[in-house]
Amino acid sequence: MSSDLDGSGTGSPSGAGDRRREPIAAVPVRHWGQWVSAAVVVLLVAALGYSVAINDNLQWSAVGDNLTEPTVLRGLWVTVQLTVLAMVAGIVLGVVVAVMRLSANPVLSTVSWFYIWLFRGTPVLVQLLLWFNLALFFPTLGAGPLSVDTNDLIKPFVAALLALALNEAAYMAEVVRAGILAVDEGQAEAAHALGMSQGQTMRRIVLPQAMRVIIPPTGNETITMLKTTSLVLVVGAGDLLTRTSAIAAREFTTIEMLLVASVWYLVLTSVASYGQYHLERRFARGTSAGSQASVGRRILANLRPGRVEGGVR
Amino acid sequence: MTGAMVRSEDVHKSFGHVDVLKGIDLEVAPKDVFCLVGPSGSGKSTFLRCINHLEKVDAGRLYVDGRLVGYREVGDKLYELREKEVAAHRRDIGMVFQRFNLFGHMTALENVMEAPVRVRREPKAVVRDRAVKLLDRVGLAAKSGSYPAQLSGGQQQRVAIARALAMEPKLMLFDEPTSALDPELVGEVLDVMRDLAASGMTMIVVTHEMGFAREVGDALVFMDDGIVVEAGHPRDVLSNPQHARTRSFLSKVL
Repeated sequence: MSSDLDGSGTGSPSGAGDRRREPIAAVPVRHWGQWVSAAVVVLLVAALGYSVAINDNLQWSAVGDNLTEPTVLRGLWVTVQLTVLAMVAGIVLGVVVAVMRLSANPVLSTVSWFYIWLFRGTPVLVQLLLWFNLALFFPTLGAGPLSVDTNDLIKPFVAALLALALNEAAYMAEVVRAGILAVDEGQAEAAHALGMSQGQTMRRIVLPQAMRVIIPPTGNETITMLKTTSLVLVVGAGDLLTRTSAIAAREFTTIEMLLVASVWYLVLTSVASYGQYHLERRFARGTSAGSQASVGRRILANLRPGRVEGGVR
Repeated sequence: MTGAMVRSEDVHKSFGHVDVLKGIDLEVAPKDVFCLVGPSGSGKSTFLRCINHLEKVDAGRLYVDGRLVGYREVGDKLYELREKEVAAHRRDIGMVFQRFNLFGHMTALENVMEAPVRVRREPKAVVRDRAVKLLDRVGLAAKSGSYPAQLSGGQQQRVAIARALAMEPKLMLFDEPTSALDPELVGEVLDVMRDLAASGMTMIVVTHEMGFAREVGDALVFMDDGIVVEAGHPRDVLSNPQHARTRSFLSKVL
């Protein structure tokens, strides 16, 4: 039982004394400083928590009551919708912009460069306000019989979605570009040598293999997007923060409603992080999965209490 | 003269200020195994890549089966071919790379089936039959469901050969197919190539395997510094080299 534990060590040279072959059971270095600092941190957090909990200016009941308030839940749903739709549109457009950026066609790569420069170079809040106020410089959209009143088309939700998705596409384009560049050039060369076109090579050979590099940062982008949607408060798109702020203004519960919003944002980002973790593990399969498993096993082995005792016997 | 599978007339190629090919004249007869040998940097791989237009020829003319590579000649003017025309040209030329370049996200079988299904638009069932037979021919029928990462270098290279053959090419290019392999895996790949040569495939092989060249080759060219130094039958060139540069190279690799 213990033989597989000590068998993995460096083999002692033949002829060495028996004492050399016995596994080492040394007293580990004690880190007293860590215990002291941990105690200080716990004390500070407890003091802060206590002062918040007993604060007369905070109605805890308002936090609990409003957490599952229908208006708040409707806002939560809008936030989820905005995040999902903006990310899906951002990813699709981002792939297009990234492929354009890497194209041999100078028109496509220049247009793509300009797009990324423009949308990454301006704050998303400014873009949001520009889309929302589009009617100020384009009162109608379209031409002739197909023209519509801009304000009928660009509702707050649409303005929010446009701003978030178009901004996200610029960031996703850089993520996708990095993924494409990470795929070995020989892959595209082999595809070309078989007579595959540029498009086929990109779709069938390069992009599927770029996914492994693209997925992790896309998870980060999604979590960032969840929080960025709160900016749509300024155009009143009816998201979580818009609704909680409205309640706060009506009932003078500013901090309470900000706490409600914070709780829901934390729930959403936690769920998204969990999903990201599993997605990454799935796409890492066949590359570093084996080493990952062994890391887990090594940690388990380190936690096993019998380890040192087994050595002493 | 016109029956040559590949005819190269004064082909030049440079990368920036570096002249890699300085006028290559040679001819490859159909069904021949044509070996290109020479020190690294001599331009032999670049020349091979010019044949299927992975590299653009800067000067001279290169013909495959009578067709000019990469350009259309009308009168005394050359027109660059469109992407589609280049792809059509490549369809008939198989290529095997030093680093295998199997598609990492596809199984061995999917690797072999990809181009016939996507490029030639053949029905999947037909292609599958052919792919299974090809994998059997290279001795890997049992590995059809394996991913490249699960195969040894020698196995990957044999799948790569099957993948190229699936397009039923009239010419096969081998770019140092055994240089990235562990010594004990070289033999299995050379066996497949030997079998292919016996079946009458026209092959151009860039190689350092002088034993293979001597045994299987019908013609051999020794290149150095972007020019053809010596050409002839492999037996003659390898056992009785005429040029000092050939002698000095062979003394190092034999």
